[in-house]
Amino acid sequence: MVRPRGKSHMLDYMRSNRREVIAGVVLIVLLATYIGTHPRGASTYVMTIWANQCLILGLAACAQFFAVVVRGIDLSVGAVMALTNCIGSYLLDGSAFGMAFGMVAVVAAGALCGLLNGLIIVFGRIQPIVVTLATASIFIGLALLLRPTPGGAVNYDLADGATLDVLGIPTALIITGLVVFAFWLPFRRTGLGLGLYALGSSEQAAFQSGIDTRFIRLAAFTLAGLFGGLAGLFYSFVTTTGDAGIAAGFTLNSIAAVVLGGVLLRGGVGTLVGALAGAFILKTIASLMFFSGIPSLAQPLFEGLILAIAIAIGGADVLRARNKLEVFA
Amino acid sequence: MLGRISFDAWMPFIGVIVLIVAGSFFFPQILSAEYLTQQLQIAAFLGLLATGATIVILLGHIDLSVPWVLTGAAILSTALVGSGNPILSVLAVPAALLFGALIGVVNGIGVAILRIPSMVWTLAVNSMLLGVAVLNTGGFNPKGESSQLMVTMASGDLLGLPVSFLIWITISLALTYFLIRTPFGRYLRSIGFNEKATFLSGVSTPSVVFAAFSIAGMCSALGGVMLAGYANQAYQSMGDPFLLPTIAAVVIGGTSILGGRGGLFGTIGGALFITLLTSILSVMQIGDAWRNIIFGVIILVMLLFQTLRKGAAP
Amino acid sequence: MSPLELEVSDMFDSTTPLLEMQDISMHFGATKALDGVDFVCKAGEVHAVLGENGAGKSTLMKLIAGVIQPTQGRLRVDGKEASLNSPKTALKHGLVCMFQELSLVPDLTVRENLLLGAPGAGLGWLKGRGLDTAQSVLDRIDGADIKMSQRVADLTLPQRQQVEIAKAIMKKPRLLILDEATSALSASVVEKVFDLVREERDAGTAVLFISHRFHEIEALADRISVFRNGQCVATFAKGAHDYGEIIDMMVGQKIEELFPEKSPHRNEAEVVLDVRNFSWEGQVRDVSVTVRQGEIVGLGGLDGQGQGAFLMGLFGLLRKADGTTAISGQPGEIKSPKAAKHQDVALAYIPEDRKTEGLILDQSIEENLELAALGRSDLNAGDAGLYAGTLDQLALKHGGLHLPVSSLSGGNQQKVVLAKWLALKPRCLLLADPTRGIDVKTKTEIYAILRQLADQGTAILLLSTDYEELIQLCDETHVFFNGEIVASLSGDDLTPQNIIAATLNVSSEGRVNGATEGQVAHA
Repeated sequence: MVRPRGKSHMLDYMRSNRREVIAGVVLIVLLATYIGTHPRGASTYVMTIWANQCLILGLAACAQFFAVVVRGIDLSVGAVMALTNCIGSYLLDGSAFGMAFGMVAVVAAGALCGLLNGLIIVFGRIQPIVVTLATASIFIGLALLLRPTPGGAVNYDLADGATLDVLGIPTALIITGLVVFAFWLPFRRTGLGLGLYALGSSEQAAFQSGIDTRFIRLAAFTLAGLFGGLAGLFYSFVTTTGDAGIAAGFTLNSIAAVVLGGVLLRGGVGTLVGALAGAFILKTIASLMFFSGIPSLAQPLFEGLILAIAIAIGGADVLRARNKLEVFA
Repeated sequence: MLGRISFDAWMPFIGVIVLIVAGSFFFPQILSAEYLTQQLQIAAFLGLLATGATIVILLGHIDLSVPWVLTGAAILSTALVGSGNPILSVLAVPAALLFGALIGVVNGIGVAILRIPSMVWTLAVNSMLLGVAVLNTGGFNPKGESSQLMVTMASGDLLGLPVSFLIWITISLALTYFLIRTPFGRYLRSIGFNEKATFLSGVSTPSVVFAAFSIAGMCSALGGVMLAGYANQAYQSMGDPFLLPTIAAVVIGGTSILGGRGGLFGTIGGALFITLLTSILSVMQIGDAWRNIIFGVIILVMLLFQTLRKGAAP
Repeated sequence: MSPLELEVSDMFDSTTPLLEMQDISMHFGATKALDGVDFVCKAGEVHAVLGENGAGKSTLMKLIAGVIQPTQGRLRVDGKEASLNSPKTALKHGLVCMFQELSLVPDLTVRENLLLGAPGAGLGWLKGRGLDTAQSVLDRIDGADIKMSQRVADLTLPQRQQVEIAKAIMKKPRLLILDEATSALSASVVEKVFDLVREERDAGTAVLFISHRFHEIEALADRISVFRNGQCVATFAKGAHDYGEIIDMMVGQKIEELFPEKSPHRNEAEVVLDVRNFSWEGQVRDVSVTVRQGEIVGLGGLDGQGQGAFLMGLFGLLRKADGTTAISGQPGEIKSPKAAKHQDVALAYIPEDRKTEGLILDQSIEENLELAALGRSDLNAGDAGLYAGTLDQLALKHGGLHLPVSSLSGGNQQKVVLAKWLALKPRCLLLADPTRGIDVKTKTEIYAILRQLADQGTAILLLSTDYEELIQLCDETHVFFNGEIVASLSGDDLTPQNIIAATLNVSSEGRVNGATEGQVAHA
């Protein structure tokens, strides 16, 4: 094995993960401010509500990440959440076995939606943005068939188990930790994990390196669907009902979240950790607004402004470019 | 001139004919002049938005600020008319267009100068506009009314054809001329294919981007003004249902979402097709759920047909 | 197995070649890229493939690497019929290609790129076998300074080629294809790469070698095949024919002179381009260059020594550059390509990468030709006469100007780039390595038109990585090192020895000189 030379490795690592580091620092500052301004401080109650809201968008951002990293986009993330949420509102009650089956079925339904997206994109050779635009309409239709109006019920014990805390630590944060440490970090070291980046960064180079690009793209969109299903599942736990009308907000916010988290829409750059951080930042800003004393009517404007400023700062890099051709990369 | 139009651009027109013929078996009234002119009138709203979107998509970008540029223009114009001041009332339409162009410039700053992906920046601009609108109207439906001019633009008739349709087609023709006959049109498509090579050919690419987004903003604003004229009021989120059909109309019309390839002729067909499809599905009293499913499936089928046809060609 | 044992077994196996192609044809629509080619590759041999651009060399390599599949014909590996339907399958057979267009993923690190290509790497956990081999290869070819944790996008072009070579070798190839694999490497590194390739060959690897540089073929090849118009016209042992004969085979006609005659030098001629004290971001330092009427001035040096940035700066592509530029005595500040092409300045820039910077591949030849002239108020871009002269003189081969420019071969694409800019009648022409990867015949045509333009009064500034061009074509050559001009050579001083010495920034009496002379000087 070739060992990285010298202690400059840590600096190199920080530099090459600059975007995630920045997102992480911003998140910590925001969270500290939030806890500082919240009338009840850093109580488990406050943290749990915060973490639940963050994780819903976080999982949606993970879904978006897998599409974006292979130079795609998934406009059906919200629709997959709506559909799986509606499925969940039927299956997440009854016997322990039934509920376990229900959870698996909900996530599998999400993965199936993603697989369908992937199949049409790969074999129909149509741009992801257009495919997922169309399938989103289909998924929402299916969700509406299941739940024409919001309703249904999720087992309260199950929902509480997933959305409260374990020994004072919000379950949502534990799930986030699992996603990062038990899934993402090992996954990043597999051929599939590297293949996603290779495909997003340069399809030609990936193909010539002997990578099965069709399989990788299929896998990426299936993973996107799977995480969409997870997001829908967790949303079911938080709200305990099924609602077909949740799609639009989550799709657009998931895109904003991955961008804030340093994932480049041109593909090949960014990490799942960044996507999660971006989602947490967005939700923390929204929570901050709520307690900040800004008139509620001005809050949407401030949210929009902060989003725009954050994105613009990310883009300000190009103003420093001294070679005008660099900006076309 | 027609020789330059690809088969893809004709496809939605064929789709329109198929829809009319098939629909008439179940509902003969579809063939009535009254129904068809009404469709032309309604298609004009989507068509105008899609016209602007086509310009931006040809450039290789996308404009997600359509919903709230539309809503903002509607709120602005109805508010000016509602003020009761005759001068402000006359200024309502030009002011709305100026507003659209201005937002186009804001979009252009992010995309051309800061080099932020348009999908993200226009999304952020959209949410800022939403914020401004909410702050301004207090979250209630905005007060105001439409002027006679706005009502005529949306619902008037001229020589048996809806005024809205004539406005749409006139703008499409003017922009088509602009795209085919001027350097701007060539630059637009060149940037859509390869911005770097276009810049190195001595083209001021940022100004082309600014112009394209401004045109798109003005199209969205005009769509908003006319929708306000149609409903005789502006209301919150009136633009939201239009975003995805707008993009669908453009791609069904054969314009590549990657930029460079396509044109406004196909977009006319795309807007007509989607309007007609939506209308027939609601005439058939098909529920919301199935309407969504059928809508998605038909868009997919048309896109698959486009690529399959290309795959079969040598 | 020791290399010796392998060699012995090869001798017994010599009846069944490693790779055998029979009656292979490859059609792209109406064009036949390959037309009934028979081709054989033997283990333990370096087989050079020569031919003009569009002769079918690259198509042949892509077939072997599994990137594309032949329209007809049979292909045997070890005597057994094989279908190479993807790069993955080709790799399984041990057929490894180092592509001209690099196959590295820019956003991954060197290490990750190597892992991706490692033998036995699948979709599961990556074990990192072979990384040691890759590192030792890098160490051997002067690539020790390349860090495993560096992003490939941050490497220079020569460094990327070094990584490509390491990646290819670590796959333990049975057939190694080098397609212009060393085009950006300096002479001393090329020599080390060649040593490595010879070792591989001696260990029983078959090597396919594509290069446009004759001295490289002289140094490495055992056997040579010449391709022309999609056919393999001759295969022979090295030394059986001299350069002149080989060029005749490649072109199909005799080329008397590669380079046009230089005009008599006129020191008192009018100065067309005068650049004083040009500096930028520490990458270009205090560079002054003068181009007189009738002169072609060369810019040499290793890759990335500031000569490329200097050209970009003249064309208005660099922000915050210092220095003054005067054209025909009129000083002016050029802030963008748009300003540079304005009739009052009339600069033209032929960028290094014609596929992404010079042309819009999806558009027609016609549309590409018009793109630069469109913004000039004094020209009617739609007038075909603007381009006809140049296109005729360069003998552009095309099936109609309405066809996409991507349907042309590389050399013909470069002709379109030239015609596009010459339509503007530039007073000063800046060229960034315009003949890299281009066939001999097109090169001669380009040289001729450059000389003619110079004689007509266009100032020409030519950046080149080809010493022959800097010597034979240019009246004066400035060699860059670390952002500065370290030598300005003209007349009798313009020799390979002096250029190489300046390139490496050593005196021409230095020891480097002797070691490299052999590879650079040729016929």
